[in-house]
Amino acid sequence: MKKQKNKLAGLQRRKAIAGYIFIAPFIVGFLVFMVKPFIQSLYMSFCNVEVGAGNFNPIWAGIENYHRAFRIDPEFVRLLTEEISRMVVDSLAIMVFSFFVALILNQKFKGRALVRAIFFLPVILSSGVILGLETENSLMSTIQVAIEENTSGISITAAVEEILRTAGVGVRAFEKVFEVIDNIYNIAISSGIQIIIFLSGLQTISTSMYEAADIEGCTKWESLWKITFPMISSMFLVNWVYTIIDFCMRSDNEVIEKITKVMVQQINYGFSSAMTWIYFLIVIAFVGISSFIISKGVYYYD
Amino acid sequence: MTKAIAKQKNSSFWERNKKSEGYLLKKTVLDIGLKICRFILLFGMCFMILQPILNKISVSFMAEEDLYSPMVVSIPEHFTTENYQLAAELMSYGESIVNSLLISFSIAVLQIAVCTLVGYGFARFNFPLKKFWFACVMMVVLVPPQTISTSLHLHFRFFDILGIFKLITGNSLNLRGSVLPYYLMSAGCMGLKNGLYIYMIRQFFRNIPMELEEAAYVDGCGTLKTFLRIMLPDATPILTSCFLFSFVWQWTDGFYSKLFLGNAKLVSTSLSRIVDSLAAFLQRLQGSPVTPTVAKTDCILSTGTLMIIVPVLILYLFAQKGFVESLSSSGIKM
Repeated sequence: MKKQKNKLAGLQRRKAIAGYIFIAPFIVGFLVFMVKPFIQSLYMSFCNVEVGAGNFNPIWAGIENYHRAFRIDPEFVRLLTEEISRMVVDSLAIMVFSFFVALILNQKFKGRALVRAIFFLPVILSSGVILGLETENSLMSTIQVAIEENTSGISITAAVEEILRTAGVGVRAFEKVFEVIDNIYNIAISSGIQIIIFLSGLQTISTSMYEAADIEGCTKWESLWKITFPMISSMFLVNWVYTIIDFCMRSDNEVIEKITKVMVQQINYGFSSAMTWIYFLIVIAFVGISSFIISKGVYYYD
Repeated sequence: MTKAIAKQKNSSFWERNKKSEGYLLKKTVLDIGLKICRFILLFGMCFMILQPILNKISVSFMAEEDLYSPMVVSIPEHFTTENYQLAAELMSYGESIVNSLLISFSIAVLQIAVCTLVGYGFARFNFPLKKFWFACVMMVVLVPPQTISTSLHLHFRFFDILGIFKLITGNSLNLRGSVLPYYLMSAGCMGLKNGLYIYMIRQFFRNIPMELEEAAYVDGCGTLKTFLRIMLPDATPILTSCFLFSFVWQWTDGFYSKLFLGNAKLVSTSLSRIVDSLAAFLQRLQGSPVTPTVAKTDCILSTGTLMIIVPVLILYLFAQKGFVESLSSSGIKM
């Protein structure tokens, strides 16, 4: 009896060792390329870094860099608030849009494969530099403004906007909605992965549930809210976190642009570290709080 | 004969409608209405996504004066391939595409190989601190690379392994501008979005039934042999889609390329510099500093973008099923 137990422990130990061997690359990489730079960058954010010929030496400066970021630098606070509010609005819009599109794409119709392929295309085409080029292209935007001025009155959205504005009901709320509508292209091209995640969630819901609801006299609208919504609520959490993270890594992010500029051109490592840390902490806090709230509402079937 | 059948069918529809007290007609009309709405919506959205690409194609064949002409909208009046020649020269297309191919391919292979090992380890073995390490993987997904880019920059600027190089040569290595750091990072699962790949692959392995593996163990397969012979062939769909992601994202990536591969000529970095190289080119041509015109810049930019997209687009057309289907069937869950 005792011998057998020992043998089991041996097998478990062997498995544990094998497991560690399998994940060893990750552990090494994590320690060398993540933890060390992470701590170093935290330390540097409290320092003035001088880069010499063969080395660099950080000089302790307390919270000077943070003070500079918030109080002295003319544009950092403005960029930060702009970027964060843009992130919140856009992420919400992406969630709604991708949920809606996933619902449509989950139905059966002719040419579904083609439509899916097209919706997924932006994941590939608008990554990395290409996205940055498209939005950075100030020339194009000036041309666009000129075109819009010349063709005023033709655009339906502009007309509707005008009517609602003159009506003067809840102007601020409408402004945000218009912003989102004008931005619909950006939202569509950044919701490829989210659509796929929602789709994979929708496909796991068994059709018998809908059938039962149908027989009981549920309308489609009711079964959307009573069945579909709770069943894929965990996907909302995944998507929400993914969307925010993706937003932070986009190359047209102005805060990141400023940080890179300070680092590469002005070679001010301390200040850029401080700015990254401020940005990072705000984003993490936001992700943490919002996903905590969402996870309260998530319904687990099993 | 057929008419009679059709008529019978038709009448039966109305009869059935009558029997159901108008419910059938209402339902059919609603269905058709929904179908039309769906078609319009989907068509509009697909057009919106495809329009910039179509627009770029038409602009890339235009001569400069076509862009100024109000008569020309999408079909060029002076058809020209000059833009392509110029863009190819500015980006040194041949050289950079070979470089990009080599680097993207080798890095994608390396990343996916390592991520598969790690993902398998997380999916199928129990070991102490497993939860902790997996939390670390999630942290890698969450931390934007920009946070640590500053010190990674320094890390590779003054690279050293435990002070060995400093002992021998008296100086630390400057690895900036060489390709090596990025390969090292990829081998340690810290490349572009590698946490995501680990997560996806782990999720896939967890869905493969345990019995398969146990049978292999009973038959006398070792751990490694089981992994190579039994589990790997099963995981081909998720591995292909991860590989394609990795390849394509590496192909268009600007952040890591700028940070670590600064000196290598890649399509992504040369595209982001194309406007500046156009200015430099014109300056060489005319001998005095000139700013390139709006129209010319636009032409070259869209041509360049198109030339970079085309290889990826071809890949996507062939592997489209792999991209979409395998991802949605793998069931990403939390």
